[in-house]
Amino acid sequence: MYLSEETREKIKALRDKYPTKKAALLPTLHLVFDECGYLGTDQLDEAADVLGISRLEINEAASFYTLFPKHKVGKYLLQVCDNISCSLRGADNLVGYIKEKLGIEVGDTTPDGLFTLWTVECLGSCGTGPVMQVGDRYYEKLTREKVDKLLDKWKNGGEDGSSKEPKQSDR
Amino acid sequence: MSEKILFKYIDYPDQDRIETYIKNGGYTALRKVLKEYQPEEVVDIVKASWLRGRGGAGFPTGVKWSFLPKDGNKPIYLIVNGDESEPGTFKDRQLMEYDPHQLIEGAIISAYAIRCHTAFIYIRGEFVRPAEQVGKALQEAKDKGFLGKDILGSGYDLDIHIVRGGGAYICGEETSLMESIEGKRPLSRQKPPFPAIEGLWGCPTIINNVETLSNIPHILNNGAEWYKSFGTEKSPGTKIFCLSGHINRPGNYELPMGVNLKELIYEYGGGIIDDRPLKAVIPGGSSTPILRADEIDVNMDFESLAAAGTMLGSAGVIVMHDGTCMVSALQKLTKFYEHESCGKCSPCREGTNWMNKILKRMLKGEGRPEDVDLLYDIAKNILGRTVCPLGDAAAMPVIGFLDKFRDEFENICNGGKPKGTIHFPFN
Ligand SMILES: Cc1cc2nc3c(=O)[nH]c(=O)nc-3n(C[C@H](O)[C@H](O)[C@H](O)COP(=O)(O)O)c2cc1C
Ligand code: FES
Repeated sequence: MYLSEETREKIKALRDKYPTKKAALLPTLHLVFDECGYLGTDQLDEAADVLGISRLEINEAASFYTLFPKHKVGKYLLQVCDNISCSLRGADNLVGYIKEKLGIEVGDTTPDGLFTLWTVECLGSCGTGPVMQVGDRYYEKLTREKVDKLLDKWKNGGEDGSSKEPKQSDR
Repeated sequence: MSEKILFKYIDYPDQDRIETYIKNGGYTALRKVLKEYQPEEVVDIVKASWLRGRGGAGFPTGVKWSFLPKDGNKPIYLIVNGDESEPGTFKDRQLMEYDPHQLIEGAIISAYAIRCHTAFIYIRGEFVRPAEQVGKALQEAKDKGFLGKDILGSGYDLDIHIVRGGGAYICGEETSLMESIEGKRPLSRQKPPFPAIEGLWGCPTIINNVETLSNIPHILNNGAEWYKSFGTEKSPGTKIFCLSGHINRPGNYELPMGVNLKELIYEYGGGIIDDRPLKAVIPGGSSTPILRADEIDVNMDFESLAAAGTMLGSAGVIVMHDGTCMVSALQKLTKFYEHESCGKCSPCREGTNWMNKILKRMLKGEGRPEDVDLLYDIAKNILGRTVCPLGDAAAMPVIGFLDKFRDEFENICNGGKPKGTIHFPFN
């Protein structure tokens, strides 16, 4: 079993919520992602079985959605926006800086399994760029100093970016 | 400062809580509607107000609602579009995060007007906090009897569900959005049939943007004539303009439709960073054709921008100063559209990839003199040849950049150095 009993129960509860079972697919992807941190074929197949839809259907849809990593990533997945507005505000330099600091390329994970670096498309936060998403939270108006502080905090076992941070975003 | 409608209480502490929202006049429109109006009367008022969709196309909301079949026994669905993924746009996020009840009240009234009993709010997956805020607000509304069975004793029932997206721009397009809710791989659908006739699960469906529906309570409270006293005759109301890029005060500005772009940039946005000369402005989100600095004396409403050869779109105003390399800037956009094309239609799938390839070649200094015409030709051949408008959205900026800054592209293809000092690394 790749999914916990709790997640399986939650998926079952979704089954009858919508006019079709299949409509529970996208919410199910979120549940699997919340538990596992990524969507592997094994987890997806199991979720499809619980939901009672075909394994092909779930994999076909899941592969489309870039929000969910398809393989294991670092504890902190740094998703830096490098679309136009953030780039005009120096996002690319920042990506270069993070690459250098962590010693990895975009798409890679640090050997200690702590950080994965991704560049992503517009996060809908262009007025406070450069911006990156880590877990549930956006970090806005980023500077090298802010990045230094965040990375230090996370290296020293600071709180998990995926939860419990004060979530109010900047404005 | 001019009068605000949607952002009036956005900075008010605890506006996201139902008690505060009610104290500030919230849910009075809903009470009034359920007591005084038949659904058709609500449609008529919204039609008379000439509220136009804020999701990009500017279609009159009341007119869209009136396309629903008058008889029939299928359920009718309402979908609130909170996918907000057009680069340069960040207004719906703020509306959902800081004043979620305004949206919910608007959605309940709209659902009542179109005789819908199940509605969905589709929120892009990255927006965790806005989705939590809307979720909390829905629960509060339910607890107060504004949602659920027999709302305020009127006999009207409504449930609203949140669906969180999975990180795909195409899911903001209404037909892909419906595929996504249905749990399918979200490729766009051929229209017609239009969603109002055959939408979610084959049932009549209305899709409206977050900002559009946030206007509804105010229109019902104050009347169509009041609403029309804002903005221009053909584009009434206020609009949230999102300023980003090389601007001193980036952010959201709610102003009457038709505000002058120059004024928006220099008065409200505080001008260009480091007092540098302006080079170009994208007026309505990444898919709208770019304007040169000498073209910004234009009013920000649907008609004026169309007359200027561009569009109001989602009103994401992206400002670039004289240091920006236009080839570099355009490549950021083609990279985006290549990534976001759903792959259903060949012109869009192949064309976005091809355009991005050519631009990357140019930036590497390997552009060929004929590449400029080739790029233009590809864009022209995508235009109008795809099932959904993502193809057009990808082609229009390319055509716009080439029309306005062709010399920079030619220069780079003839062995010249890129213009400006801001060149982005490309991928
Ligand atoms: C590629 C593409 C992406 C879109 N993204 C959004 C979006 O994120 N939010 C939105 O409200 N409308 C978006 N739209 C427009 C919707 O298809 C639809 O027209 C709109 O939600 C209707 O609402 P309105 O009439 O209130 O504007 C998009 C359209 C296209 C072609
Ligand atoms: S461009 Fe980075 S958030 Fe929009």
